[in-house]
Amino acid sequence: MAGISAFSTYLPRYRLPRAVIAQHWGSHALPGERSVANHDEDSLTLAVAASQNALGVPSRVALDGVFFVSNTAPYREKLVASSLAAVLDTESATRTLDFTDSLRAGSGALFTAFDLVESGQQERVLVATGEVRPVAPDSMDEKAAGDAGAAVVVSRDAGGVELLSRASVTEDFHGTWRTDREDYLRSFPGGLDAKFGYGRIMPQVLHQALEGAGVQAEQISRAVVCGSNPRAIGAVVAKIGIDPMQRLQDSLWGVVGDTGVAQSLLLLAAALEHAQPGELILWGVYGDGADAAVFRVGDQVSAGLPEQRLEQQIEVKRTLDAYGKYARFRKFVKSEFPELESSSAAVLFRDRKEMLPLYGGRCPKCDTLQFPINRICVRCTYEDGLEPIPLPRRGTVFTYYENHVLPNPDPPLIEAVIELDGGARFFCQMTDVAPADLHIGMRVELVFRRYHDAGGIHNYFWKARPAAAAASEERG
Amino acid sequence: MSLKNRVAIIGAGCSRFGEHYDKAAEDLIVEAAQEAIADAGIERERIRAGWVGTISSALSGNALSDPLKLTGIPITRVENYCASGMDAVRNAAFSVAAGMYDIVIALGFEKMRDATLGGLPAPHPVKDNGEAPHVFALSAHRYFANHGASKSTLAKIAVKNHRHGVLSPKAHLRMEVSEEKVLNAPMIYSPLGLFDCCPTTDGAAAVILCRADLAKQLRDDPIYIKGMGLSVSYGAPHYDPTFDYDGFAATRQAAGQAYEQAGISAKDLDLVECHDCFTITEILNYEDLGLCPKGEGGHAAEEDRFALGNALPVNPSGGLKSFGHPVGATGVRMLYELTQHLRGDAGERQVPNARLGLAHNLGGMGAVSAVTVLGNEL
Repeated sequence: MAGISAFSTYLPRYRLPRAVIAQHWGSHALPGERSVANHDEDSLTLAVAASQNALGVPSRVALDGVFFVSNTAPYREKLVASSLAAVLDTESATRTLDFTDSLRAGSGALFTAFDLVESGQQERVLVATGEVRPVAPDSMDEKAAGDAGAAVVVSRDAGGVELLSRASVTEDFHGTWRTDREDYLRSFPGGLDAKFGYGRIMPQVLHQALEGAGVQAEQISRAVVCGSNPRAIGAVVAKIGIDPMQRLQDSLWGVVGDTGVAQSLLLLAAALEHAQPGELILWGVYGDGADAAVFRVGDQVSAGLPEQRLEQQIEVKRTLDAYGKYARFRKFVKSEFPELESSSAAVLFRDRKEMLPLYGGRCPKCDTLQFPINRICVRCTYEDGLEPIPLPRRGTVFTYYENHVLPNPDPPLIEAVIELDGGARFFCQMTDVAPADLHIGMRVELVFRRYHDAGGIHNYFWKARPAAAAASEERG
Repeated sequence: MSLKNRVAIIGAGCSRFGEHYDKAAEDLIVEAAQEAIADAGIERERIRAGWVGTISSALSGNALSDPLKLTGIPITRVENYCASGMDAVRNAAFSVAAGMYDIVIALGFEKMRDATLGGLPAPHPVKDNGEAPHVFALSAHRYFANHGASKSTLAKIAVKNHRHGVLSPKAHLRMEVSEEKVLNAPMIYSPLGLFDCCPTTDGAAAVILCRADLAKQLRDDPIYIKGMGLSVSYGAPHYDPTFDYDGFAATRQAAGQAYEQAGISAKDLDLVECHDCFTITEILNYEDLGLCPKGEGGHAAEEDRFALGNALPVNPSGGLKSFGHPVGATGVRMLYELTQHLRGDAGERQVPNARLGLAHNLGGMGAVSAVTVLGNEL
């Protein structure tokens, strides 16, 4: 029996109030705020952060399948699931797939994971999503959108969240789309999608899923239905006999925004954080047709809870009070600064143990943990090689500076020497941090981020940011 | 074996340091070399070998041969971060001490202002090393935390060295600065502001070395090398679990070698030219060179203990801070400076009755240091 055994969300720390966007463009104001990926976050880093939130670091489970879900993958031709598997250090992951090109890519990936686990082909499959929504400056979409990640693990373990039924409808319909030549999302103006797309297809597929499970709408504890705005979602749910005020999972539109392809797993994981054993959950995902499913929450659901709950992530935030920084984050503003960085596929290959899974070395003689994996121990000069070992991801700022010389979308660039728990020293950029909060002794966590695009390569590595606990203390 | 009293400086030259948009490296090299050769009072044909220090302005011995048209002799380019120039002199001195050549030239230079942005290229896609201020800014925050110093402490160094630099005709920035100006300058690498940093400078300096036993035949007042130390420590201190960001082992080791060869200690010195690439560096140098006890450098800066007129002036030239820092030139420029004082030729900034002087470079991540002790008596 396959079931969801772990689940998580990931919200970037930045928020942009919709009033700030409206004020910048002189356009119509909307309530609430949206989440914004930092300049060094992309769909892969969001998926990594969500996966780590679900799995812990080091990973609590061995994965043999890793699926990456996004419509904003960092590469057009190159697998991203393989990068995700490398960061998570899942050497045994034999099946890595990217699911993309539709708002329904998340449900497609989850159903595929269930198929593979139920059929016995895979033991444990991670489905992780991340999306930095490609929305045009000065558009409605810019205000409505949000960036997020989420992850679920489907495994053969008993007691997880079972799939009772599922239904799928495919329709070739231009709801939300983006051609291969365009940078930003489009949708047809007016009520076409509401009347003949979403408003027609979604109730139909939700019905089918209920029928397939042999349950009535009244038996559903929570409806988790995706959609571009709360009003449309409420209308659909009401149509199948569920009171949106009572039993509808919050779309997070007010505090996160419409996260597109990430929404399906984000809202499912959010609902599961509060689900009780025995409850039934109805799930609906729209896009080029629609997918729906009925889940039954198993006895062991609480074993799948993430390290950081969604509520905590909603609270720990940094609010952008001007549009300019967001414009730089999304590269609307071009820099004429000379390109100083370089990259080499050969170096990244050679250093692959250090780069993505972040291994250091432990000296077999003097036990010193160090980075990089030196040939000869930095402390005792033991010459016969260090034992590669994953570095701890938490530590303390030993010393730091603000670099006011190099341009940075979130200036000043902060770099710090980190004393990792276990004693290794690490030097890296800091992110998601206010300079005024910086101090020697600050507790930090290492996060996987995109450093730069050089040599035609997205160059990822690790940065430090205030640990979640430290960030909430500073906040209040 | 010691270098003590085996090699003499019989000529020294230094170009005007500055932002020389109108001069090529060739012009600066010729200016420094011609002065040094003229100062030695020799025909250039007597130079039998050359060493040239530059971090990145040129490659190979051609860096020296081509501007001077000094061909047909062995010339070696030396690169060792900010110690490149002094290390060129060191290797030249070895050749003379070994008896291989009687007279050689060592020259250091750098042409920095042709680039739009200073800084060394990043060799790895993502493992950061930072730029020149990196290890010093990191050290400053630790120094503040450990020893109670502040930005005002650092500013005292800038004020002193600029005051000295006004007396140096060849210095890049010949202007006094107030502590207020230093403290209000734009931040560069916190806590280091603009006036905590030395400038990027164009310049060249040269010395003519000669066997000590022949030196008196060429001039009455040769200056003698008493000791030369060089030490290289781990170049990635930010990955070293034992590095405390409270001074530099390379300096302590290089100084130890030089003091031992010279048979002296810091208290015997009459003047010091030390590597004040950043104000915090000079404070750490006081401690690492043994000019004051550990942790007391900030206090010494606050009481202006090492100003001209006091017992042991540090950076009477104005230092890198005011004289400028063409990387490959700096070590040789310091030996030029010591030579002027030890001969009594340093003009307004002359340290009275100077007999023993020390010059110090610190490069890279604080991991390469060269120290030289010169004296005017055998």
